[in-house]
Amino acid sequence: MMSDLETFRAETAAWLEANCPPEMRQPMVDESDAVWGGRNPTFKPGQKEWLDVMAAKGWTVPDWPKEYGGGGLSRAETKILGQEMARLKCRSPLSSFGIWMLGPALLHFGTEAQKKHFLPPIARGEIRWCQGYSEPGSGSDLASLQTSAVDQGDHFVVNGQKIWTSYADKADWIFCLTRTDKNEKHKGITFMLFDMASEGVTTKPIVLISGQSAFCETFFDDVKVPKEYGEGVSSVVYEVNKGWDVAKYLLGHERSMISGGGSEGSTSLGAKFADQYGRDEMGRLDDPMLRAQMAEMDIDVLAFRAMAERFGDTFKAGLCHPAQPNMMKYAGTEINKRRHELIMAAGGSEVLEWESEASNGGLTARSWLRTKANSIEGGTSEVMLNVVSKQILHLPGA
Amino acid sequence: MPLYLNEDQQMLHDSAAEFMKGEAPVSHLREFRDKNCKDGFSHALWKQFAEMGFTGILIGEDEGGLGMGHVEAGVVLEQIGRNLTPSPFLTTSVVGVEALNAGGKALRDKYFPGILSGDTVLALAVDEGPKHRPDQIGMAATREGNGFKLDGKKQFVVQGGSADTLIVAARTSGSAGDDKGLTLFAVDANAQGLSKNSVRLVDSAMAAHLEFDGVLVDADAVIGEVDEGDVVLRRLLNAGRSGAAAETLGVGAGAMDITVDYIKGRKQFGALIGSFQALQHRIAHLYSEMEIARATVLKAQQMLDEGSSKAELMVSVAKAKAGKATALSVKEGVQMHGGVGMTDEYDIGLYMKRDRALQEFMGDVNYHTNLVAEMHGY
Repeated sequence: MMSDLETFRAETAAWLEANCPPEMRQPMVDESDAVWGGRNPTFKPGQKEWLDVMAAKGWTVPDWPKEYGGGGLSRAETKILGQEMARLKCRSPLSSFGIWMLGPALLHFGTEAQKKHFLPPIARGEIRWCQGYSEPGSGSDLASLQTSAVDQGDHFVVNGQKIWTSYADKADWIFCLTRTDKNEKHKGITFMLFDMASEGVTTKPIVLISGQSAFCETFFDDVKVPKEYGEGVSSVVYEVNKGWDVAKYLLGHERSMISGGGSEGSTSLGAKFADQYGRDEMGRLDDPMLRAQMAEMDIDVLAFRAMAERFGDTFKAGLCHPAQPNMMKYAGTEINKRRHELIMAAGGSEVLEWESEASNGGLTARSWLRTKANSIEGGTSEVMLNVVSKQILHLPGA
Repeated sequence: MPLYLNEDQQMLHDSAAEFMKGEAPVSHLREFRDKNCKDGFSHALWKQFAEMGFTGILIGEDEGGLGMGHVEAGVVLEQIGRNLTPSPFLTTSVVGVEALNAGGKALRDKYFPGILSGDTVLALAVDEGPKHRPDQIGMAATREGNGFKLDGKKQFVVQGGSADTLIVAARTSGSAGDDKGLTLFAVDANAQGLSKNSVRLVDSAMAAHLEFDGVLVDADAVIGEVDEGDVVLRRLLNAGRSGAAAETLGVGAGAMDITVDYIKGRKQFGALIGSFQALQHRIAHLYSEMEIARATVLKAQQMLDEGSSKAELMVSVAKAKAGKATALSVKEGVQMHGGVGMTDEYDIGLYMKRDRALQEFMGDVNYHTNLVAEMHGY
């Protein structure tokens, strides 16, 4: 007799085999292979079919409740689905700040009407969200943000500037932190949702050291934000002036998400590079120093993967320290940066090529440079260490 | 299986923590060291281990033990590490029992009752040089009459001077470097032709140099099959390495806790030194490393208990990661204690010494890093 979970695993594997298009079982080459959905989606072959069948099953968000477009799976089932997708090399059907960030915040703080209104389109990949947090003068000290939202009866008027807004130029809606009380710091912030197509919203991509422009400057010039989007669907999540609670909660999710980078790459770096680098007569990677570093990296990646599993398990069981996501974010991003340093070192002069066809348009170098942001975005490593010191180790203030 | 202790394991953790803290805290180690006790551990304490059931933690329930797994053995070992408890638990109840579990019933019947009652102590004789190189075992076991004759030297035999029985790895065929041809023996510590030179180590533990000069053993001393000792060896090494990783984790966590406490109480420049960001960032980084090591060790133990084919890889990852994190913990610990960290009076130095010894036990970070590369095929 198979247990329920074994049955679930077998059925899931069979379903994935039958429904995942072959193109979606190839490794992703770069960020352009991610599916972001939205009002004006772009799809490569197989992507739309994969998104649609997964969304129909609720498996773009397997652990969300069914009534909000999720799969209603238990923690154990969600884990099995992830394992089977990894084993069969199925790509993630949908990349989405709605899934990773806004969704968890709405599930925790949202009203029933807000959840019903906003979550299903996120699960189906119909609305693409961006996050309006940082401002030019408010980076690590995020709570000093100045973008104002003034109450005008049935709507707010928003003015100000955000920065590092990921994919703001491609997003349909924004979840945005605004200042609703200038006399308070943390208690004068509101978490609000509005349409990026609103009049007065402009975006300007920022060219990064990688040559890519995933981040934008976002400007708000007298943007009218309605207080309600239909019966009981408030544009404010939680309450006015209580947005910092939502932001903190959401940063936890963002931090654990960014930390996921530490477990990227299913195969050992050394195994991959030994083939292209050459082996000695013992079959060892033919550069002893590089081999040692690769093996150290394998250890750190496998160790961090265990940590991520434990973090997930303890988080769901309520056994995890509330500040633990900060540690995860710190550790995961630092490993990811080291990993890309090693990939560059292994690639030598060939991966310096920036535009050549052979280098796939400088993919390796651009990815390496991109990882430098990992330990800055969503809270710098230094801020993470401060939080761990204060909240977990209870070290005294300066 | 979720990657945290279940309710039963948490209860075991609580009772092991209370027991070790109450019966064998760091002051217990100091007492034995200062008495210059040649056994290296307290027999009375070993009896108490037996009364708690710890000695039979890996012995099957049908054979009178607790029938538990590597996760539970690790729970006890972490507390041993945290309190620097001198105990033959790792060599006897983890490594020794796992070796015997891989062998026949006759040997188990012979040794398990004494282990369960806290009378028998086992030691492991594998290393022949200053570094752990089990693939290079050269000690000879040649056929003689009804059994074998052992000739050669072993070293770093922890508890080797006080053990009743030695688990000895020797070569019955082939030559150093060959996979096959090894055989494991259970050898009486008082066998004729066996000389022992017990020495005190940096962490006050006792380890022996052994010299086998024509030591005769019966065929029934063979654990497992002749020439198939690699099977038994693999099993006992997995148990010993994951166990040592768990003890190491306890050492690292204990050192970190006393260091955090110290910097919360020490004032310089009119401020608690724990308020300085220069120290906060380093100790927060250490916390992160210790957390990752903890997850890794538990994962390896769970995989061993599940019989996963990838358990061996994770065991090496765990031994290496716990070793690195704990080495960092004791080094930062001594440094952050400043001058008093150099004194014998403060405990932090004792943690540094235990860590150093555990690093060498069954393969250090470099050894296991190399194994990870080999297991990944490069």
